[in-house]
Amino acid sequence: MICVQTQDFDVAEQYALLSQGNSQDGAVVCFVGLVREFNQDHTVTGLHLEHYPAMTEKVLHAIVSAAKTRWELGKVHVIHRVGDLHLSDQIVFVGVTSPHREAAFAANQFIMDLLKQQAPFWKKELTTKGPRWVQAEAKDQKSALHW
Amino acid sequence: MITVLVFGQLKEQLNCPKLCVELDAIAPTNTLNNLLILLQQQYPEWADHLQNNVILSAVNQSIVSTEHLIADGDEVAFFPPVTGG
Repeated sequence: MICVQTQDFDVAEQYALLSQGNSQDGAVVCFVGLVREFNQDHTVTGLHLEHYPAMTEKVLHAIVSAAKTRWELGKVHVIHRVGDLHLSDQIVFVGVTSPHREAAFAANQFIMDLLKQQAPFWKKELTTKGPRWVQAEAKDQKSALHW
Repeated sequence: MITVLVFGQLKEQLNCPKLCVELDAIAPTNTLNNLLILLQQQYPEWADHLQNNVILSAVNQSIVSTEHLIADGDEVAFFPPVTGG
């Protein structure tokens, strides 16, 4: 399940959807990304997230498909929010299930690393010094190249 | 006709989210690079932003190099490196 949406998501509900009716999988790994207060030396008060709708889902499907080829996975849920977000709001959810924890941990990190490098989302932060577009970080490129 | 979309900070810098370009106007070959040159000729104020070598290009929602050949009806997008997640 891949979803790009403005509304918030319920982690407990996602966990239930991932774990129920799935008795062959012994591992569920969930990651949640939040809006944080400090980023790239700026004090953040909120952010606006925009994306390229037609390309976003295409890229996310390709990333999930690559993960499923690489590891033995059951269910994969990716939710990414767009629009206006406040401090500590949830931005992104990645949940994967697998018969084994090693695959679930690795696949979750793989999906997040590639999402950060490839999925066409752009963050504009609202800071105490005014709005600023977040610049891509070399460490995110490096994390994705690791795979 | 080519549809050109722009996203992120580049959209603000160009102050233009979308425009259409006739394929025949791109010369001498229909590469993305020649489309970028045409846009800079038509909109000189965009030159500095479009010459930024971190700008990424996509055709029909897939990242491609500026040597990519464009076909009639293609959707071209230019944008800065992504920052989601």
